[in-house]
Amino acid sequence: MSALVAEMVAKALKLNIPLNVHLDLTYRCNERCVHCYLDHNDHGEMTTGEIKDLLDQMADAGVFYLTISGGEIMMRRDFFEILEHARKRTFSIKLKTNGILIRKKEADRIKDLGVESVQISIYSHVPEVHDAITKLPGSLRQSIEAIRRLRAHGIHVIMANVLMVHNAADYSGVRALAAELDAQFIMDPTITPMMDGDRSILKLNVDEAALREVFRNEALVGNVEEFCAPPQGPDEEALDMMPCSAGHTACYVSPYGDVYPCVQFPLPSGNVRHMKFVDIWRDSPQLKEVRSITLRDMPSCSKCAHGATCTRCPGLAFLEGNMRGPSSQDCEKSYARTGILSENLKSRKASSQSFRSQLVQIQGLQPAVRDFAEVVTENSAPNA
Amino acid sequence: MIEKPYVARSTAIAARGLGDETMVMSATSSTLFTLDEVATVIWNAVDGATPLEEIVTKRVCAQYEITPEVALQDAELLVEQLAQHGLLLLSEKPIPQPSISPKVSP
Repeated sequence: MSALVAEMVAKALKLNIPLNVHLDLTYRCNERCVHCYLDHNDHGEMTTGEIKDLLDQMADAGVFYLTISGGEIMMRRDFFEILEHARKRTFSIKLKTNGILIRKKEADRIKDLGVESVQISIYSHVPEVHDAITKLPGSLRQSIEAIRRLRAHGIHVIMANVLMVHNAADYSGVRALAAELDAQFIMDPTITPMMDGDRSILKLNVDEAALREVFRNEALVGNVEEFCAPPQGPDEEALDMMPCSAGHTACYVSPYGDVYPCVQFPLPSGNVRHMKFVDIWRDSPQLKEVRSITLRDMPSCSKCAHGATCTRCPGLAFLEGNMRGPSSQDCEKSYARTGILSENLKSRKASSQSFRSQLVQIQGLQPAVRDFAEVVTENSAPNA
Repeated sequence: MIEKPYVARSTAIAARGLGDETMVMSATSSTLFTLDEVATVIWNAVDGATPLEEIVTKRVCAQYEITPEVALQDAELLVEQLAQHGLLLLSEKPIPQPSISPKVSP
């Protein structure tokens, strides 16, 4: 983040302005990615008129950075009408798409409308791997064609690589492909639970060894020694820090008008079909509660050596059951990065050992107990 | 006498008011600029139809203790710099505006 952007964010925070909004236009999609956290059925998306009105409200509330995403945004026939309206209201716009429906005509319009960037997910440079993840044959070829079309227009393209068990070995290949296509490469090593709380897709997360390898790749993290340095623990200043921008200068709006602190933080905070966006932003008790939480209020994280440097996601903590609690996936990342267990992992390890020792005594008594033992062991192990 | 007295905001920009300042981003270069309070007054007033001199007299000099000569000199420098970055358009004649003009509220 540049100094100027940091200054603007600080000012927005002080003035309570939602500088950054992620708006999903639809959850419908032409791909069926194995790790997707969404329900792709349409449960009553906002109409064109409702979205245009919302965009007007968001502009008046001070939103500057607008991420338009889905689902696949181009599944909406009114996509360009919405994008045109958003540009008339002078948002800085980032689009997230798989690019499959971007032909020449669409690339021309995106260029004409002046979006800031287009982000396209590429899971592997190997067609069989990418297409197995999206479950759409030919999808890698089509996404790459879209990237070429957009780049030919000079549009800034971000190639996002989500790391999971299926493609753990391919990120270097994707990075090389991004360089070849003159696109920016970013990587996310975290598979998140589904928005309805279903955690079954977490089994797709890469293991600790793969994370460790990623975090020691200089091409990805820069200065490895600095990136993997042992944590110092939070000082007094750090204890008063806000956890992240969710609910502070950023929020998320679903295709149904639901407002959440973030796309990864599904805490219902209001609905723009029933209330004005700005009233939800300013007065929602849920957003006020999120804003009130500092590191000092987190029983485990405030005592953790990683407290000040952890990438802790409050949304993932919420999905684990407590927005003031730890996010175990981030604890695991901190451990893979530094080799030092978080407070959360230490207590889980201790309770796991405690369960195991008890189970030795009762093992074999009845099958139901053995099933329970397997569940506990699996859920308690780091990087499960 | 200003060579190109008519000024309009480019449509290839992202912009938003933030308190008494304005953030402006060039859509082509993704470069971010911030305009201070006085520059924001000028930014909000340019409409392609009102000459810069009139904007300075009616909006700037009416609000701030500054002589019209100095204010106009500063305003000319500002709009020329912003035009060089593609954020403003300058013309000898009035500049037609799109049906929905970019608003930078609040």
